[in-house]
Amino acid sequence: MPKDKVVSLEVAMEKIHDGISILIPGFVNVGVPETLIKGIIAKGCKDLEIISNNTSVKGRGIGLLVHENRIKHITCSHIGSNTETVEKVVKGELSVTFVPQGTLCERVRAGGAGLGGILTPVGIGTPIAEGKPVIEVDGKQYLLEKPIRADVALIHAWKADRMGNVVYRRTARNFNQVFATAADWVIVEAEHIVEVGELDPDEIMTPGALVDAVVQAERSDD
Amino acid sequence: MAQPTELKGRDLIAYRTARFFNDGDVVNLGIGMPTKCLDYLPEGIDVWVDTENGAIGLAGPPKAGEPVDKDVCDAAGNPSTLRVGACCFDSFTSFGYIRGGHVDISVLGAYEVDQEGNLANWMVPGKTAAGMGGAMDLVAGAKKVIVMTEHCDKQGNPKILKKCKLPLTAAGEVDIIVTELCVLERTEEGLVLKELAPGVTVEEVLSKTDAELIIPEEIGSMI
Repeated sequence: MPKDKVVSLEVAMEKIHDGISILIPGFVNVGVPETLIKGIIAKGCKDLEIISNNTSVKGRGIGLLVHENRIKHITCSHIGSNTETVEKVVKGELSVTFVPQGTLCERVRAGGAGLGGILTPVGIGTPIAEGKPVIEVDGKQYLLEKPIRADVALIHAWKADRMGNVVYRRTARNFNQVFATAADWVIVEAEHIVEVGELDPDEIMTPGALVDAVVQAERSDD
Repeated sequence: MAQPTELKGRDLIAYRTARFFNDGDVVNLGIGMPTKCLDYLPEGIDVWVDTENGAIGLAGPPKAGEPVDKDVCDAAGNPSTLRVGACCFDSFTSFGYIRGGHVDISVLGAYEVDQEGNLANWMVPGKTAAGMGGAMDLVAGAKKVIVMTEHCDKQGNPKILKKCKLPLTAAGEVDIIVTELCVLERTEEGLVLKELAPGVTVEEVLSKTDAELIIPEEIGSMI
């Protein structure tokens, strides 16, 4: 019998502790695992190392972790959609490292795919290149960007079966698919949890073998 | 729509920029002024709008009364819609597409742009700290990079410089600059003044530009 990975939100939070690193996908507030983030808030975890594309919007999603000062450091590409994050960064209350969006994606992919890094032309001649090895391949310059992994990844799915096979929807897929590959513990929240066998093998975007726990997401149709 | 000859400012910039689009192009339009190009698409030109958060074929915000799909947004995170033939994909595919040179045209704004094709549009030290988002990938990867910008900043200082002073978004990647005064094209020899807006003289452009410009014998009109 396939293992049933569906658990309560409280059980899913067992691997979340102070000071751990967490991959949190989403673009502004689309495809953000909001239910799991509320679980972190409820558990009270702090000093978190967050890797995300941005910080949602004020008062929603990753913005809740910002508001409650639960983040020690954030690695992301953009914070402009959340005025509170910008304020905290400007005041020096939140430490941030900016990474170009495509580079962020590739570094996490490298982390999940067993690669020692990536070579990208993005950032050559900009402040992003400072301190990084430049490697020339066939006459073109590339930056060596190192892989990123985390202790935990939080994933937002449209559908997941009880084994953790996942289907994403529309632009809510964004970073979810890559982030699910690069953590030691992968928790999926799904809008719809279905029985094993209900998903067509060809439509599955993240294999259940990568997923450790599945939680029912609050419906976010608001 | 106003007659093209009546267009001014950002409308004129958007009108002219849209005339660089070819039928069927995949275009990525930065947040703000670049999205205005869609209001001025020439007749018979249909473009596919790429959005770096994972779709080709974005069709703009839902119309009044149209249902909002919480899972479809544009590059600013605002609700959007998909046209027939659109496709969605993950960020890895999206940025592979962008970095791999598959986007025909990337249109962005600028804080500063210079005669070597360098662009600064993501950071003003001590003032803005929003992050670069996908801009560095787009400028480095797109087949053609068009910068659309007001010719001078709000204080009247030139934005088209010999050398950018602000931290760069990308080095040597800008192909075309469209302002309310003129169109500039970057060539191996330098920035060429290709077109002027109606009523604008070469002298006016030169007086408002810090970069060295190549002035050809024949200069076209933006309209």
